[in-house]
Parts: sequence; C-alpha cells; structure tokens
Amino acid sequence: MSQNIQTFTSDEPIVRYKNITKSFGEHTVLKELDLDILPGEKVALIGPSGSGKTTIARLLMTLESPTSGTIEVDGEMLWHMHKRGRLISANEKHLHRVRSKIGMVFQHFNLFPHMTILRNVTEALIHVLKIPKAEANHRALEILERVGLRDHTNHYPSQLSGGQKQRVAIARALVMQPRIMLFDEVTSALDPELVGEVLDVIKAIASEGDMTMILITHEMDFARDVADRIIFTDGGVIVEQGTPAELFENPKSARLQSFLSRFMKGQPDRSADDRVAAGTE
Amino acid sequence: MWDWGYANSILPKLLEVIPTTLASAILGFILACLLGLPIALARRSSKKWIAWPVAAFSEFIRSTPLLIQLFVLVFVFPQSFNITLSPFLAGVIGLGLHYSTYLSEVYRSGIDSVPRGQWEASIALNFNKLRTWLRIVLPQSIPPTIPVMGNYLIVMFKETPTLSAITVVELLMTAKVIGSASFKYVEAFTLVGIIFLVLSYPSSLLVRALERRMKRNERRGIA
Repeated sequence: MSQNIQTFTSDEPIVRYKNITKSFGEHTVLKELDLDILPGEKVALIGPSGSGKTTIARLLMTLESPTSGTIEVDGEMLWHMHKRGRLISANEKHLHRVRSKIGMVFQHFNLFPHMTILRNVTEALIHVLKIPKAEANHRALEILERVGLRDHTNHYPSQLSGGQKQRVAIARALVMQPRIMLFDEVTSALDPELVGEVLDVIKAIASEGDMTMILITHEMDFARDVADRIIFTDGGVIVEQGTPAELFENPKSARLQSFLSRFMKGQPDRSADDRVAAGTE
Repeated sequence: MWDWGYANSILPKLLEVIPTTLASAILGFILACLLGLPIALARRSSKKWIAWPVAAFSEFIRSTPLLIQLFVLVFVFPQSFNITLSPFLAGVIGLGLHYSTYLSEVYRSGIDSVPRGQWEASIALNFNKLRTWLRIVLPQSIPPTIPVMGNYLIVMFKETPTLSAITVVELLMTAKVIGSASFKYVEAFTLVGIIFLVLSYPSSLLVRALERRMKRNERRGIA
C-alpha cells in the first residue's frame, strides 16, 4: 500500500482513460471506462470474449476512435487537441506524434508478406524514424538476435512457423522503442506447442525493463508471471482489478469466479475473440 | 470461291498495318493503366467532393459506347474546344479512357484484397498515408491483378476494329479498302480474322500460364 502511494505521488500515469465509451452502432463495447496505467507497469487484461478488452488496446493504438471520453498518453490528449482554447478532434499530424510512443503486436502477426524478415523490421525505422539504412539494419539484427531469429533475416514471412512470425512481429514493434507496448492475444492464433517460445520472449522483455506493457491474454499462468496488475473486464466494464495474487487467489466477484473456474478446468475460451464489430482478417 | 493466289497477294498489305493495330491497343492499355489507378484511389477517397465526381464520370464513360466517345473526340472536340487530334491519337485516347474505368475496378478489387491487418500494422508502425499506400498496400494489391490486366489488353486489342470508324488505318479498315477495290471480300476478312486469332490466342495462353504460376506462388504464400 505504501508503495502504491509513493508511485502515485512520484509518477503521473503514462496512460489515462477518462470516461471512455465505445459503441459500434447499437452495441456498446466499453461503458464509461476509467483506467490509469503507470510508467513501466505491466498490466494484463483478462475477460471473456466480447468483454471489451481488445477494444481498450485498439483505442490506444488509434485503430478505433472513442465514441466519447478522452485518452491521455504521457500527459497529452491522444484523440483530441487544443485549438484556440477549445478541445477538438485530433488531426493526423497530432495522432502521428502521440502514436509514436505506442507499439502493438497483433493476434494474427500482420507481417508484411512481400518483404523479407529484415525489411519487415527495418521498414519503419528507415521510413518513419528516418534512421540511415546501415544503422537500421544493425539495430534490426540486434533485435532479431534477441528473439532468436538472426538466421532468418532473408526469409519471407510465409517461410516461417507461427511462433517465428510472432517473434518477428515482436521484434518489429520493439525496434521502434515505444514507451508503451500492446500485446493483443498474441498466442491465440498459435499451435499449442509454439505458444511457449513467444511467451518466453515477452517475459524476457518484461523483466528487462521500464517499458509499459498492456497484455491481453487468455494465458492465465503467463499473466500471473508477468503482470503487476490484472484487470478483469466483462460486459464493457472493469469488474475487478488487483495484483495477480489478489485476483487469482481471492476473486471477489461472482463473474470473475466463474470465469476463472472455466480456465481452471482447462477450457480456455479462445475460440473467438472480442472484436465483435471490429472483425479481423 | 477462295483464291489462294489473291490471298497471298494481299497478305503483305494486311501485315503492314499490324504495328499500327498493336500500337493503338498497347498505348491505349498503358493509358488505361495510368488513368485507372487514380480513378480507383479517388473513388475510395473519404472526401466526397473528390469521390463523387470521379465516380459519376467513371460510370458515365463505362455505360456509354466506345464508338460514341470516339466520335466525340474526333468530331466534337475540334468544333467545341478547337482541339484536333489525329485519328490514331484520338483512338488511343478513346480506347485508353474507356478501359481505364474497367481497369480502375480491377485495381479496386486488388486493393480490397489486402487484409485489414496490413492497414492496422501500418498504423501501429506509424507509417503516414502515402507510405502505407506506396510500400504496403499497392505492392500487395497490384501483383494479383496482373492476369486480369493481361486479359484486358487482349480485349482491347480485339476492340481496335472500332477505330476504323474514325479512319484509323488498322486491320479491318485495310481489309475493307482491299475488298472494295477488288470486290473479293472473303479473303481479306478471313485473313483479318486469322491474324486476330494468331495474335490473341497465344497471348491468352500466356496470361493463363501467368495466372497458374501466380496461384502456385500464392499457395506458397509468396505472392
């Protein structure tokens, strides 16, 4: 508790969701969400399909815009900007600047199929961060080494296994050195035997550093290992949150209890995900 | 009925105009490719003042006959706008403009085939719109359209006889001139038909082979 107070006074949240509502037509995915995330914090979002957890990440990555409410990143509005004392919708330039602090790894990897692994990793370094090609290659190779794919630099994504693809996707996001990284069900599309290699890479990143991480996952053991805080969402609201010990050992709400009991029986509900209206390829 | 000696004697005259015929088709095709992409992009634009006029123009061109458009270029333009085009140039422009509206639909289907995840990854990596189009979306959307594009080139080649109506000296026009001089139409028109067949059929086989090869690559996930 004392630690919490100290963090609160010394650190402003790096991400702040304020009264965020997101609807797709009639369907409300998030209802008046308030959420603060501290710099360096590792937060795991768990919850059943359609609970809104993926939407929380997609709003932050600017893949969806909020219906109402605001999001602040590092003390700055993400979806809004001030103009002549009024708050207006952010333009592309503003989004571009704030977005540079955020990176994301997707469930379906979304690697660029027409580029080699090396170019997948260097493309944004060269063309977004304007880093010279030689330096970009150097950084990319370093990162690929870290995720154990140094030998595959000249291959195309189609030549890799799912686990390897996802590790490339992690390298591609990591090389941009974002302050905040989003991991959206990154193991849900993988064969069971490939899940471990990807989770190991993420654990290594989490243990290294001060990067803020938001992990949407159905892997409860992984969430317990990596996260400082677990957030359980259901029906578009945060039902319960706390340390892994608090939530997993002593769930208070009936909804979390029944959710966890389904997982303990070894039947993770990963058949579908919660992008109800967002869809995926 | 069929005079071999006569057929042989007129063949060189017909072969002579093959370059003009091919050139009008190929130049028209290049023009259609160049115009088709901006039309496809404009129609996708979120700015309605761009998207709607281009859509209206494109639908208008596509729903009216090529022959009328050629007549407008040759007869109306000199009168109304004081622009006089040679028959060949008018033919290339008419053919190119007409088919650009078809090719824009081919581009559109190619662009639509790029998975949404590619756009999302581009946003997550903070590419701007131009980069996303140039380096991520178009390189993935154009290769799959190549066989369809090839088919349109063949279709346009077979459309070139329409240009005879605006006095472009291509195959049909030449055959007509030969026929009316000797009143022997059978040989001239038959030879024109055979020339079209000889040029079109191997081309369509080539396109089909290309298509098969791309399907194979696609299965391997490279395309």
